[in-house]
Amino acid sequence: MLTPANPTTQAAADDAILVVDNIVVRFETPEGPIVAVDDVSLKVKPGEFLSVIGPSGCGKSTLFNVVGGLLSDHQGTVNVAGETISGPHQSIGMVFQEESTFPWRTVTDNVAFPLELTGMPKAQRIERARHFIALVGLDGFENRYPGELSGGMRQRVSLARTLASEPKILLMDEPFAALDEQTRLLLGDKVLQIQQALKQTTLLITHNITEAVQMSDRIVVMTYRPGKVKRIVDIDLPRPRTSEIVGSEAFGRYVAQIWADLREEASRGMRDEEKHTLEHHKGGAS
Amino acid sequence: MTDATLTRPAFRRGVPPQLIGLGALVAFFLTVELLIQIGVINRFIVPPPSDVIGSFGRVIVEEDVFGRFLLTLSECLIAGVLLTVVGVGGGVLMHRYRLLQQACETWVAAMASAPIVLMYPLFLVIFGRSMWTMIMMGFVAALPPVILKTLEGLSGTRKVLVNVGRSFNLTPSQQFWKILFPAALPTIFVGIRLGLIFALINIVGVEFLINFGGLGQLINELAERYDLPGTYAAICFVILVSILFFMTLEKIERWLRPFD
Ligand SMILES: Nc1ncnc2c1ncn2[C@@H]1O[C@H](COP(=O)(O)OP(=O)(O)OP(=O)(O)O)[C@@H](O)[C@H]1O
Ligand SMILES: [Mg+2]
Repeated sequence: MLTPANPTTQAAADDAILVVDNIVVRFETPEGPIVAVDDVSLKVKPGEFLSVIGPSGCGKSTLFNVVGGLLSDHQGTVNVAGETISGPHQSIGMVFQEESTFPWRTVTDNVAFPLELTGMPKAQRIERARHFIALVGLDGFENRYPGELSGGMRQRVSLARTLASEPKILLMDEPFAALDEQTRLLLGDKVLQIQQALKQTTLLITHNITEAVQMSDRIVVMTYRPGKVKRIVDIDLPRPRTSEIVGSEAFGRYVAQIWADLREEASRGMRDEEKHTLEHHKGGAS
Repeated sequence: MTDATLTRPAFRRGVPPQLIGLGALVAFFLTVELLIQIGVINRFIVPPPSDVIGSFGRVIVEEDVFGRFLLTLSECLIAGVLLTVVGVGGGVLMHRYRLLQQACETWVAAMASAPIVLMYPLFLVIFGRSMWTMIMMGFVAALPPVILKTLEGLSGTRKVLVNVGRSFNLTPSQQFWKILFPAALPTIFVGIRLGLIFALINIVGVEFLINFGGLGQLINELAERYDLPGTYAAICFVILVSILFFMTLEKIERWLRPFD
């Protein structure tokens, strides 16, 4: 059952709230087993904003599913506040890459969804939902259905719904990937603002360097196949940050550094895929 | 007027198209009437619409149309309720138990296209000459589309919505009632609508075949008396049954899903 997040377990020996240890995920495919995530370990401190960045297909979503408890067939452990989890955990709130609002519920009822599960009385949960709707800047749209909203607004509804469950850790998988650049930047500002206001521990999965540098305290760069941790970069930029920081010199240096790391991986990924396609064609021709 | 259309689309939208539909219908009948009057269509094969309209009064007064209408209507209603309960239930069970689905899906699909109405003698033996023969016939013949559409709707629920439910730690019953079922509802309604069509066709068909009760029997009798205008008037009442069902279903669907 879902209960309001409260500190029941005492903090782990070190101060990390999320500890991901030696995660290995293998998938069986028709062309044989592939290692999607290879021995990934990371720690997230309370209130920290950590991003995981990597080229397409490097295993980011797979890692997201493991940390969220949706994928149980893996090696290694995930610890939340000192507790090893097996399956979805109430301390972790997930925002998905795909559009995930409930089209049959109004914005308010979407956001109140996790509160409904706790058995909170209706009047109270509507009030709570309103609070989170305002937080993501959707006031005035409380009684609309997702079908009447834009893609960016729907993604904000998903975010508000997850925030309403007051997770200790907010886990997001490329939440803005499907949005246009301007919306993405503005929404990034919003998320950052909320994250700072709530001191929300956040793990963001992304393939967007600008986004990662703008928001994160630290960035984990992943390699392509097998998905390993290549480097962890500390982002030492002053807060509060907005999308304006994107123009600064320090920002540019971080972006260049991470791009250098990523380019190697991304081009390896592309070569890999090309080889794959070529073999495929040869196989088909003979 | 335009303002009202903009602000309250759900209310206003339906009116003009319905008028156009009605107008087209009237135009069609006028054309048929004209073709019959000038002798292009033989009036002993197709009675003029004016005769059909003229025979309404006779059919209503002499043939107890309302009693028959109510009988056919209640047969359809009972079959419809059975269909919804058993069909949706069956679809849910098949979705829940993989083995059941693998075992049954193919032959349920095969049953959907089988001329089940030909089995009416068997039903007659089991249920006798009572309204239950019609009800069960309609029910059995209409079951496959309801089951299959329910199954399709449930299995077609977007994976990410299921994952949202899992991430919020829903129990299996919450997962069903709060996510799978509402997501599948539009498809389930398509199934029920299809099912009702099948049921009505089979119910009226069996009434006609076994010459017992309802509008089907009336059509049979009038046709045998070669009272063509009367036959067509009776058919109009069958269409009325169908229209009533569709309107009710649409009301229910709008009430359940006010947003589309
Ligand atoms: N269920 C599965 N079965 C087999 N292979 C899978 C499965 N899920 C993912 N993979 C493979 O694992 C690798 C990593 O996939 P994943 O979705 O985690 O990548 P990603 O980094 O999230 O990519 P993107 O940035 O494009 O979303 C891919 O090569 C993919 O083909
Ligand atoms: Mg992904």
